Amino acid sequence: MKQGNMRILSNRQVSDRYWHMIVDASGLDAEVYPGQFFNIRCSEETYPLLRRPFSIYRINRSAGTLEFLYLVKGLGTKRLTERKAGETVDIFGPLGTPFTLQEDWKTVLLIARGVGIATLAALAQDAAERGIRAAAILSARSQNDLLATKTLQGFGADVYKVTEEDGNSDVVSVRLLLEKILERHKIDAAFTCGSKRLSRLLQEVTAVHQIPAQIALEEHMGCAMGVCFACVCDVREGETLKTVRVCKEGPVFPLEKVVLA
Amino acid sequence: MISTNKTELDLTVSIGGLTLQNPIMPASGAFGEDMEKVVDFNRLGAVVPKSITKEPRKGNATPRVCETVGGMINSIGIQSKGIAYYLENIVPYYGRYDIPLISSISADSVEEFAEMSEILASRVEVSALELNISCPNLKGNGLAFGMDPEITYRLLQTVRQVTDKPLIAKLSPNVTSIQEIARAADEGGADSLNVANTILAMSIDVHTRKPKIGNVMGGLSGPAVKPIIVRMIYQVRQVSALPIIGCGGVMNGEDAIEMILAGASAVQVGTASFIQPTAMLDILEEIKQYMRQYQITDIKSLVGQVYVQKQKMEEC
Ligand SMILES: Cc1cc2nc3c(=O)[nH]c(=O)nc-3n(C[C@H](O)[C@H](O)[C@H](O)COP(=O)(O)OP(=O)(O)OC[C@H]3O[C@@H](n4cnc5c(N)ncnc54)[C@H](O)[C@@H]3O)c2cc1C
Ligand SMILES: Cc1cc2nc3c(=O)[nH]c(=O)nc-3n(C[C@H](O)[C@H](O)[C@H](O)COP(=O)(O)O)c2cc1C
Ligand code: FES
Repeated sequence: MKQGNMRILSNRQVSDRYWHMIVDASGLDAEVYPGQFFNIRCSEETYPLLRRPFSIYRINRSAGTLEFLYLVKGLGTKRLTERKAGETVDIFGPLGTPFTLQEDWKTVLLIARGVGIATLAALAQDAAERGIRAAAILSARSQNDLLATKTLQGFGADVYKVTEEDGNSDVVSVRLLLEKILERHKIDAAFTCGSKRLSRLLQEVTAVHQIPAQIALEEHMGCAMGVCFACVCDVREGETLKTVRVCKEGPVFPLEKVVLA
Repeated sequence: MISTNKTELDLTVSIGGLTLQNPIMPASGAFGEDMEKVVDFNRLGAVVPKSITKEPRKGNATPRVCETVGGMINSIGIQSKGIAYYLENIVPYYGRYDIPLISSISADSVEEFAEMSEILASRVEVSALELNISCPNLKGNGLAFGMDPEITYRLLQTVRQVTDKPLIAKLSPNVTSIQEIARAADEGGADSLNVANTILAMSIDVHTRKPKIGNVMGGLSGPAVKPIIVRMIYQVRQVSALPIIGCGGVMNGEDAIEMILAGASAVQVGTASFIQPTAMLDILEEIKQYMRQYQITDIKSLVGQVYVQKQKMEEC
């Protein structure tokens, strides 16, 4: 992990609520892996005070850039939208434990809600580079809120879109879609981020089909470096529950172990 | 004019029999092993790991932190692996560093404070004990031992009997008179006073109408609390000759100097490290710059040196 200023190459609005930021990471002498995140200082002021965590959306190793896709939620992300190309942004990372992809996997399933796709897109890129195919279910409120469809298709992924607008994003419909995909493809592993409801569904379905699955969790953070114990969640270790830190032991966890309250 | 270069600066301070190479150390709960990747611990005045409890504790419900203007509220609730783990892992880990290890203790009773103090003080790696008599997250309504002068006195007196190692009492700011509690800790046998722990606070999400942290109330830290803490350092300085460790809202070198001028001999840094992982070392550099700017060679000469005109004080 390293903290420092990175130059913003672009920071643009991509839909009603979402923005996309590219930074020059050529000065970062650390490998970055999908599932990891950076803790970004959205403003130099004392309010908002704390940094905000954002997953890595795309890694462009040859250009030496990192990309973030973010939802404008409150003051911190609002301030981030005000940062312009040419300015620098104070970034701390890479942080956390990444996703793991096994060499012998042929097809993986990604299921994301909203900005959860920001986290899974980097994984789709990594999978494509390793010759692993991906099927992706993207869920959002509306078609306008559906993100990164083209990016994923660019990585050769089969993309299935579900939205409230189209009335097919409820758990029952998504379960049917999931089962259909599992019939059509031999899925070696599944990954999710962004929705407790969908994660619970995937937990059930992957348990039945005995498919290994991983989840990227979100929790409010203080330090993002494992010292303050703000960001905890419970995981099952055999018969017992263990409290772990999302910023350090996570944000990626085996889905079957996570207690989804 | 005599020019002062880096080597001439004397940053050493003494807190209750313990000499530190400089006055900057972390605040308990905002520091841990993982920070070794960003901070060279050997450059700090001391290390202060998170408060330890006797038995393992799970801590409070999430969200455990939320943000307020210029500060944050936390309700971690001393998540702890228990003293056995601490003795086996944490003590030897910090024992490898050249600087003093100050063990922060949290306990449920006076007897338990004494029992844990005796065990920890018996370890050579432990240089001093900080008694966290002030955590607002333990008892249901944010109550702490350090809110009652008699319990504070009895607690210090009991712990004093089991060890000669320096005892730092970490006071609660959630009291009507911090002077009364400071006096009680001093008379009970403390060697140093930490002023102070977090300020009991609450924040509500107006959209969901729910408290923003799982435990309803929590402790406020960060720049918003600094003026309150500076005032308390100044007040405690009036009633006790014990060295004070200032703690609360230090974000930069000037904040640290402000506390020293108010009467602190050393300063702890908490929240600032979350925003700037290298904050403690940056603060140290800024203190040195300040000293060079004003040709101050010995940091100790600044302690309590705020200019206050007596009559003005009495007027208000
Ligand atoms: C590991 C990780 C990766 C993330 N990746 C992304 C990403 O790639 N893109 C994206 O848009 N968002 C991501 N988030 C969520 C993002 O951090 C929050 O949306 C953001 O902090 C909101 O800040 P704000 O000031 O705009 O909102 P406010 O609501 O004003 O924030 C107030 C406080 O709540 C915290 N907070 C609010 N929402 C969340 C949340 N969902 N998770 C954790 N803390 C939260 C903030 O950090 C802040 O301390 C991620 C969160 C985590 C933990
Ligand atoms: C996340 C967090 C956890 C804390 N845990 C402890 C603790 O275990 N023991 C303790 O004495 N103080 C604890 N504190 C209080 C700090 O040590 C310090 O008193 C407080 O944060 C004020 O300093 P600051 O404004 O520099 O952060 C904690 C503070 C924070 C923010
Ligand atoms: S945010 Fe501090 S431990 Fe995870």
